[in-house]
Amino acid sequence: METLERYLAEHAFFQDIEPAYLKILVGCASNVKFQPGEFLFHCAEEANSFYLIRHGRISVELFAPNRGAVTIQTLGPGDLLGWSWLIPPYRWHYDAKALELTRAIALDGKCLRNKCESDHSLGYDLMKRVSYILNQRLEATSLQLLDVYGYGK
Amino acid sequence: MLVQPMLPVPYVVDKVRQETHDTFTLELNQPGTKAGFSFLPGQFNMLYVFGVGEVPISISGDPLAPRPLVHTTRAVGTVTAAMRKLKRGDMLGVRGPFGTHWPIEQATGDDIILVAGGIGLAPLRPVLYHVLAHRSSYGKVVLLYGTRSPADILFQKELEVWRGRFDIEALVTVDRSSDHWRGNVGVVTNLIRRAGFDPHHSTAFVCGPEVMMHFTVLELGRRGVPDNRVFVSMERNMKCAVGFCGHCQYGPTFICKDGPVFRFDHIRWLFGKREV
Repeated sequence: METLERYLAEHAFFQDIEPAYLKILVGCASNVKFQPGEFLFHCAEEANSFYLIRHGRISVELFAPNRGAVTIQTLGPGDLLGWSWLIPPYRWHYDAKALELTRAIALDGKCLRNKCESDHSLGYDLMKRVSYILNQRLEATSLQLLDVYGYGK
Repeated sequence: MLVQPMLPVPYVVDKVRQETHDTFTLELNQPGTKAGFSFLPGQFNMLYVFGVGEVPISISGDPLAPRPLVHTTRAVGTVTAAMRKLKRGDMLGVRGPFGTHWPIEQATGDDIILVAGGIGLAPLRPVLYHVLAHRSSYGKVVLLYGTRSPADILFQKELEVWRGRFDIEALVTVDRSSDHWRGNVGVVTNLIRRAGFDPHHSTAFVCGPEVMMHFTVLELGRRGVPDNRVFVSMERNMKCAVGFCGHCQYGPTFICKDGPVFRFDHIRWLFGKREV
């Protein structure tokens, strides 16, 4: 029977990961599918998982009164969605909505946190991978804030 | 080599096309001749609005169809604001072409990655025309274009055509979304992770604001594209365009004659330095 291990190994987030870690992680993984317009999660809800997008597109949104939903970023195949499962108080700070039919692997955050606590080497590996994504997003946010295509002074 | 590089040649404005709220394209022809304007992708001309001033503008047309001469620019200063007011039949002085070009001949057989930010799509458009005209000479062709908002997307109709082709991957993203936008949101560097190319057999051409190019080169490196396969187009205050006046000095080089297109590993030590 085919397990999710192969899909996990193929995803960019888990590139070159130790096979032994994959065997541990797969126990926290499940296959999920979202229809266009369906929300993966809402702001302030408990953040119990994160998603590795395989197909489709997700918009990360923030709802602003008098302005409506503002799309901060769109994510696609190969991207990771969500790290609030790792950082207390484990609540989402954004909404996430499928823009088209989206297939992803959901990883249970509580399950992962427990496994990372009992195996710090796995925890460190995972933390490095998440930090890499955080750094990329921080760079992207800086670039967005700079408004580089606007007029110079 | 131009015989009289400092002498503007009069050209007549044949067409003015508003691209976005602040960008426009001029189609120019030299009166009294059917000859086209030969140039290589990435080169620029000095355009002289009589009585106002002269500015360097990249050529945005098709190098294989060099008539009319096509320039796309944004109205940001006195000269380009005056240029935007030109109408069909008005005259303009042209000096050029100047500068180095995108080395498309060296990239034969490679996957081609074009990363453009904002108005930076204009100097890269001639590369795309060339590559599409010689499609079988290249591997995968990827165009990644990021701009400020959906209203700022340059060459919209052509982008739609390129996106519809099966032999090119064209991805567009905007920094800031609008109500009706259904496309990608985020910076252009995000697209590099999603694009399909072989990083070890690719040549990347990058054009846009310097900060955008900085992060683009970084992300290309993360994908495995080495610095010596990345080319960037630099912008400085070019005046004479032939390396005499020194206005566009960039370390030991002059952007006007040693650039604007540089191989990234040649200027890495200068890139992003505040003092340069």
